[in-house]
Amino acid sequence: MRLFLLTIMNGLTLAALYFLVASGFTLVFGLMRNVNLAHGSLYLLGAYIGYDTADATGSWFLGVAAGFLSMSVAGLLLQIGIFRHMVGQELRQTLVTIGISILLADLMLAVWGGKTYQFDPPDWLYGAIRLPLVRAYPIYRLALLGTSIVIGIALWLFLNRTRIGMMIRAGVDDRAMLSASGVNTQRVFAITFALGAGLAGFAGVVGGTALSIAPGEDVRYLLASLVVVIVGGMGSVTGAAIGALLIGLAEQLGLAYSPTYGVVFTFLIMVAVLAIRPQGILGRPA
Amino acid sequence: MTALAGSAAPSLAPRLGLKPRHFVVAALLVIYPLAASPFWTVQIGAQILFLGVIALSLMFLAGYGGMVSLSQMTVAGCAGYMIAVIGTNSYNLGLGWPWWATIPAAIAIGTIFAVLIGIISVRTGGIYTIMITLAIGVAFFYFTRQNYAIFNGHSGFAGLQPPVLFGVSWRDPLPFYYLSLAVAALSYGAVLYVSRSTFGISLQAIRDNARRMNALGFNVNLHRVVAHGFAGILASLGGILYVWLNGRVSPGTIDIGPVINILVIAVLGGLRHPIGPFIGAALFVLLRNFAIDLIDPERFNTLIGLTFLIIVLISPDGLLGLWERARGWARSGGSAAGWRQKQG
Repeated sequence: MRLFLLTIMNGLTLAALYFLVASGFTLVFGLMRNVNLAHGSLYLLGAYIGYDTADATGSWFLGVAAGFLSMSVAGLLLQIGIFRHMVGQELRQTLVTIGISILLADLMLAVWGGKTYQFDPPDWLYGAIRLPLVRAYPIYRLALLGTSIVIGIALWLFLNRTRIGMMIRAGVDDRAMLSASGVNTQRVFAITFALGAGLAGFAGVVGGTALSIAPGEDVRYLLASLVVVIVGGMGSVTGAAIGALLIGLAEQLGLAYSPTYGVVFTFLIMVAVLAIRPQGILGRPA
Repeated sequence: MTALAGSAAPSLAPRLGLKPRHFVVAALLVIYPLAASPFWTVQIGAQILFLGVIALSLMFLAGYGGMVSLSQMTVAGCAGYMIAVIGTNSYNLGLGWPWWATIPAAIAIGTIFAVLIGIISVRTGGIYTIMITLAIGVAFFYFTRQNYAIFNGHSGFAGLQPPVLFGVSWRDPLPFYYLSLAVAALSYGAVLYVSRSTFGISLQAIRDNARRMNALGFNVNLHRVVAHGFAGILASLGGILYVWLNGRVSPGTIDIGPVINILVIAVLGGLRHPIGPFIGAALFVLLRNFAIDLIDPERFNTLIGLTFLIIVLISPDGLLGLWERARGWARSGGSAAGWRQKQG
């Protein structure tokens, strides 16, 4: 019973992390049809930059901010420098993101080496808390879960209650019409890309603190983002939350009860969803 | 009857679009190892040929079917794994079947795997195919790394080699080169032939307008799954040569790096024509072997990543596209319009 509850808790916190990474991915895809396969690289780069900042300043929170801001700027530069020049060429955009991810992975290896880095979160986030039934559980992971829920709600409010959010949603439905109604779509695209990339960098620091940062994590979180949005439905933030929950829980339950075939469970979920609803749980037919 | 047979034979050459320069290239490829050292024959020559075959399977799917599948190296690796699992390997973990059963079985299983990937991925189309096939490829990589019952986990298998047949050790430089050349030539011919068959024409029509083909009564998904199957045969052939040359197969063979490399090779060369993947493979293998002279060997991925980015940014159709544009430019007497003409 305790193992089961602990596994569920771990699954929830992993889902929280997956949601943070995948929400940015799905946001960018939903609006721009840009499958950003460099999303995992942004996650890892944000984590490294956040680590260096936290290391230099001694403040973990500055590290988190650095992770978010640096990747927002990177996302902005990518959108303005490259992707806006190839609007509508989906395959070419995707190929470019692959090129960027190859390049970034190698450059990160050159700068930060093959070492594994571990963050030092503030003391009050460190240690364990006593909970009924599960006994001790790391405070940090609960904080991660809370952060993710807050960000999820904030993202929902941003998309549903603000003017820019309205433009983004309109752009997801019909880009040409949004442009025709006098909205500067390039600015909306740039904001969305900056936000999505920033979320990846933010998740890098927050997730890197919960686990660790090392080469190869970029691929892991790219795969997680891919599966989460395929399951949840592309372009839907709520779908990303549902997908993250399913995948996070499946991965941890698989790890606890059938370690060898953990990957297979997530994969089976993906296949099952594709068989029944090819567009994903909350996705709309293309 | 003789008249019929006589008319059929010469019609094959124009049907495949053969021109004198093709025979020149073929002759050069055949006499190439006589002039080259074993390193150039195998590590460069044969490597280009079988990487080209694996990339050719991607070119077939992407160029004629409009499906950019990132799982072609995964299919190749699956067939390579089967050579070890069904045949013999140095850990004595294989089933020990003879070569004449192992090779067809490995190709068959690789092809079935490709068909299954096809069935899953054709549920959605376009840009989604990339995501799903990448997810399948990475999931298979993690699976082989953790599965010890079949795939022997992290260490994989070693001691794989082609059979000794007709008194020839096929792993020796010359025989291995000619084996690779034969497989590459057959695959190239097969892709050209299929692309001009009824099936190939329908597949290209589906690529251009799936809804219209559906309305005309064509089974769109079946065509796409069959295309995945055909590409699976090519990828399996390339994968078997791959593990024979390396002598081993492990999760590293189908890691994200090699999976992406196949895409890099196909895109570098160009996805419009089956010769593209071989041109891309040549550039890739030459860069990998001689980049040491240019940069730190550790930074090969930076070089290949940059090369890939530049090619994708300036020429969506790869080196072939650049070549065609240069030809258009030369014909128009060097005007900028001629350069742009082929850009499409």
